[in-house]
Amino acid sequence: MSRPELQAPPEIYYGDTEAKKYTKNTRNQQIQADMTYRALELLNLPPDEPAFLLDIGCGSGLSGEILDDEGYVWTGVDIAPSMLEVALEREVEGDLFLQDIGQGFGFRAGSFDGAISISVLQWLLNAETSHPTSSPPHRLSRFFTTLHSSLRNPSRAVFQFYPSDDDQIQLITSTAQKAGFGGGVVVDYPNSKKARKVFLVLFVGGGGASQRVPEGLEGEEQEEGKVPFERRREREHKRVKGGKKKGIKDTDWILKKKELYRQRGKEGVPRDSKFTNRKRRAIF
Amino acid sequence: MVRLITHNLLACHVKGCTSNNFPLAFKDVQIELREAEMNPDFLRGFLPKIDWNALVGAARELGDTSLPAETPEMIDEEFLQTLHHVLLEIHVEEGTMTCPNCAHVYPISNGIPNMLLAEHEIG
Repeated sequence: MSRPELQAPPEIYYGDTEAKKYTKNTRNQQIQADMTYRALELLNLPPDEPAFLLDIGCGSGLSGEILDDEGYVWTGVDIAPSMLEVALEREVEGDLFLQDIGQGFGFRAGSFDGAISISVLQWLLNAETSHPTSSPPHRLSRFFTTLHSSLRNPSRAVFQFYPSDDDQIQLITSTAQKAGFGGGVVVDYPNSKKARKVFLVLFVGGGGASQRVPEGLEGEEQEEGKVPFERRREREHKRVKGGKKKGIKDTDWILKKKELYRQRGKEGVPRDSKFTNRKRRAIF
Repeated sequence: MVRLITHNLLACHVKGCTSNNFPLAFKDVQIELREAEMNPDFLRGFLPKIDWNALVGAARELGDTSLPAETPEMIDEEFLQTLHHVLLEIHVEEGTMTCPNCAHVYPISNGIPNMLLAEHEIG
């Protein structure tokens, strides 16, 4: 199957029929949900603070529903009116805008605590007319510059997208860097054909090199057709409910935690060695 | 579904329109009130981001005068409730928003504002 972005511009490709089809497809729903959870995880928002997020290319609100569930307040933009119509029917909580992200945003500086975008960026890579403002580099740069100014400092923006080759990744990351973003590309399951997912993780501010790009997920994908994510929030939720915590942590627990911190991109996680979790006896 | 929370963040993004492009003025609006869940923590966190004069102005345009002209120093339950109502429960369904500087009109239909620009307006 050829790539949808090569067939028609998004507002035409996602017409009434395609928008309904896309939203009703349970496999699409599952993939969107998993990628949204993974994107939220990469966003690494401070816990217990209700955040105000921007969903770029919100479509019919599949990812927006998850943001609702997780208790975030959000605003969505999309260029396809039919998709937005489906979103209205589904009664999502967020405000919706009909907007071409390649034309830039008009939000005030520092409006959002973060931005996520699922399967959108590749749509910006095709020129629809020969007008200079519709060339992909121009549209990308307009998009990233205006997005950068509408995000709070410090914050992150996470984009899942489907690049067709490395040149596209190169173009996107360099444009984002020129717009003032830090960060880079995170690839989950780089060796799997099916589960491979590319995320662009961008940082706004954060004081020099203190933010590191998180590591992609490695190893075997877990279930067929599923994009795995760590169920961190669910697990933490369960733990709070679960009652008493155990006092002493064993080596496995420590190794697991350190691995988790590395994946989230925390700096200065000590390396694992035979001294990990060694006993420290009282010295008199 | 334009709520005042997003209206308060929205400036005009037409090419060269960089000053006096906020707030967009409502015209011919139809509003609808829909109850939403109250979240005091979110409101407290969001308060510093609000451009208060623009919010009060916009609320007046929509016929809601419950907000004080200045941000009160004491933030109590009652004030948060009013703020919650103004920010999150008033939905503008139909109408237009006009940029005070370049007079670009953004039409709102079915609760969705059309932010698309013509080719010569893209920066």
